[in-house]
Amino acid sequence: MPGPVIIARALTKSYGEFRAVDGIDFEVATGESFGLLGPNGAGKSTTMRMLSAVSTRTSGELSILGLDPDQHGPEIRARLGVVPQSDNLDGELRVRDNLIVYGRYFGIPRRRVAEKADELLAFAQLEDKRDARVESLSGGMKRRLTIARGLVNEPEILLLDEPTTGLDPQARHLLWDRLFRLKEQGTTLVLTTHYMDEAEQLCDRLIVVDKGAIMAEGSPASLIRDHSSREVLEVRFGSDRNALVAERIADVGDRVEVLPDRVLVYAGDGEAALREVIGRGLDPITSLVRRSSLEDVFLRLTGRSLVE
Amino acid sequence: MTSTAASARPRRYGALYVTEHRLRLVRSWRWTFIATTLGNPIIYLYSLGVGLATLVHTAIPIGDGREVSYLVYVAPALIASAAMTAAVEESMFPYLEGFKWNETFFAINSAPITGRQIVDGTTIWIAIRVVPTTIVYLVIAALFGAVTSAGAGLVVVIATAAGLAMGLLVSSYTATIREDRGQMAIIMRIIVMPLFLFSGTFFPLESLPIGLQWIGWVSPLWHGTQLSRVVAFGLAEPIWLTVAHVGYLAALAALGLWRTRAVVTARLDR
Repeated sequence: MPGPVIIARALTKSYGEFRAVDGIDFEVATGESFGLLGPNGAGKSTTMRMLSAVSTRTSGELSILGLDPDQHGPEIRARLGVVPQSDNLDGELRVRDNLIVYGRYFGIPRRRVAEKADELLAFAQLEDKRDARVESLSGGMKRRLTIARGLVNEPEILLLDEPTTGLDPQARHLLWDRLFRLKEQGTTLVLTTHYMDEAEQLCDRLIVVDKGAIMAEGSPASLIRDHSSREVLEVRFGSDRNALVAERIADVGDRVEVLPDRVLVYAGDGEAALREVIGRGLDPITSLVRRSSLEDVFLRLTGRSLVE
Repeated sequence: MTSTAASARPRRYGALYVTEHRLRLVRSWRWTFIATTLGNPIIYLYSLGVGLATLVHTAIPIGDGREVSYLVYVAPALIASAAMTAAVEESMFPYLEGFKWNETFFAINSAPITGRQIVDGTTIWIAIRVVPTTIVYLVIAALFGAVTSAGAGLVVVIATAAGLAMGLLVSSYTATIREDRGQMAIIMRIIVMPLFLFSGTFFPLESLPIGLQWIGWVSPLWHGTQLSRVVAFGLAEPIWLTVAHVGYLAALAALGLWRTRAVVTARLDR
C-alpha cells in the first residue's frame, strides 16, 4: 500500500479575523480519488489553493508529495496539475498555444510540448478547435481545455476546483468520463464540488466540509449508511401545510426533515412509509421514493442544503 | 521524476518562459506594433522638423559656445519619450491582464513559476518591446538629418533604461489595481503626458519657472533625455550631473523592480 501523497494536520487559513479553513485533518493516498464536498463559502477553494502550493497556510501542517509547500512550492508544483474554479486561460492565445505556453512553464522542450499539446487536444476532444480563439469556445470546451492544460506536465496529483460547475448535463458527463480515465491510469485526483452526484460518481472517499471544518469523512456509500437511511420518501402537501403535516408523520420513519417546498421522511423502506402516510388519511399532492444521497447526509450534518 | 529534477529548468529559466509567453502574444497585435513603431517617429519628426522648424530658426546653444539645430536638439528627447510611453503601456496591460482580466498570473504561478520570475520575465519583455521602438526612431531621425554622430547609437540603451525605470515604477502601482476604474488612462494623461511636456523635451528645463523645474528633476524622462543629448551631440554639463542621471535612473529602476516583485508575490499568495 503506497503512503499518502497529501497529509494535512490542523490545517488553518485565516484572513484577518475570518478563519476560512479552521483546523482540518485529512490524508490522500496515492491513486485515490478524494473529494471535498460542501456549499459555497465552506473553505474548499482556500483549501485547494493551499494544496496547490501557492497559498501559504496560517498554521498547522501540510505535506504534499512528502514536501512542505511553504519551503518547496516550485518543486511541488512541478508535479501537480491544477484546474482552478475559473478558467484562467489566456484569451489572447489560440487553443493549442495555450497548452504549449503552459507546458513551457514546466521546462518541457518545444518539440515535446508540441507533441504533448496534440495528444491533449485529442484527450479533451478539441482537435478541431486547435487554432480557434479561446473566446469562441463554449463553457464545456473551455473547461476541457483547462483540464488538458493541467495535464501537460503529466502530474502525479490533479487538483480540480468545481470541475463541472456551470456546465450542461452532456458536458458534465463528458468531463466525468475523461476524469474517470485519468483515475484508471493511476492519477491521484483531488476535487471539490457542491454537487452530490459528482462526488458519488468520482470520489472513492470524501470529506464533507462546512464553515471551514470537516463534518464527516468516508466513502459516499459509508457516509450515506452512517448519516442517513437507505431510502427517502419525499411528499408535498403545499407550502402552507408542509410543516403542519410533518408533525403528524414525525414517527413514520427514522426522521423527518421539513423543507420549504416538501417534507422528507427518512426510512429503510420508502414505499412502506408512503403507505403509512396515506393510511393516516393524509393525501400528498405528489410523492416520490428515492435512494438516500449525499445531499441528505449534508442536510443531516448541517441542517442546510448544499445548493441554496 | 524527483521534485528537484522536475523543477530544475523552471527554477533557472522561469523568467525567460514568461518572456516567451509575451512574445507569442505579439502575434495578435503585430500590425498595431509595426504601425505605431513606424508611424510615431515619422509623425513627430515631420511635424517638428518640417513644421515647427519653420518657426524655430534659432540654433540651440549646447554649451562651450557650440550650437545645434532645433531638430537635432529634440530628436534624443523624442526617442526617450517614445521609449517611456511604450514601457509604461507594457507596464500596465500585462499586469491588469495577469491579475484581473484573464488571471493568467495565477495560472502561471500554478506552474513552478514564482511571482519574482513573472515580474522579471515581464521586465525582460518590456526591454525587448522598447529596443526596436528606439532603434526605428533613431534610424528615422537619422533620415530626417537629426542625428549628427555615431555616439547617438547609445541613445537606444539610455532611452530603454529610462523607459524601464519609469515602467517599473508604474508596474509597482498597476500590480496593485483590483478594480479597473480607468486608472491607466489617468496615468497616461496626468503623469506620462505632463512628463513628456515638462521634462526638457522641447525646450531646456531652465527656461521653465523655478517652481516647475522640479518636475524635470524627479522625472526619469528628463534624466534620460539629458543623458541622451550628452551622447548624441555632446551637450555640455558638469560630470557630477551626468553621474546623477545614471544613478537616479538606476535607483528608480531598482526601487520599481523591488516593489513590483513584492506586490506581485504577495498578491499571488491568496
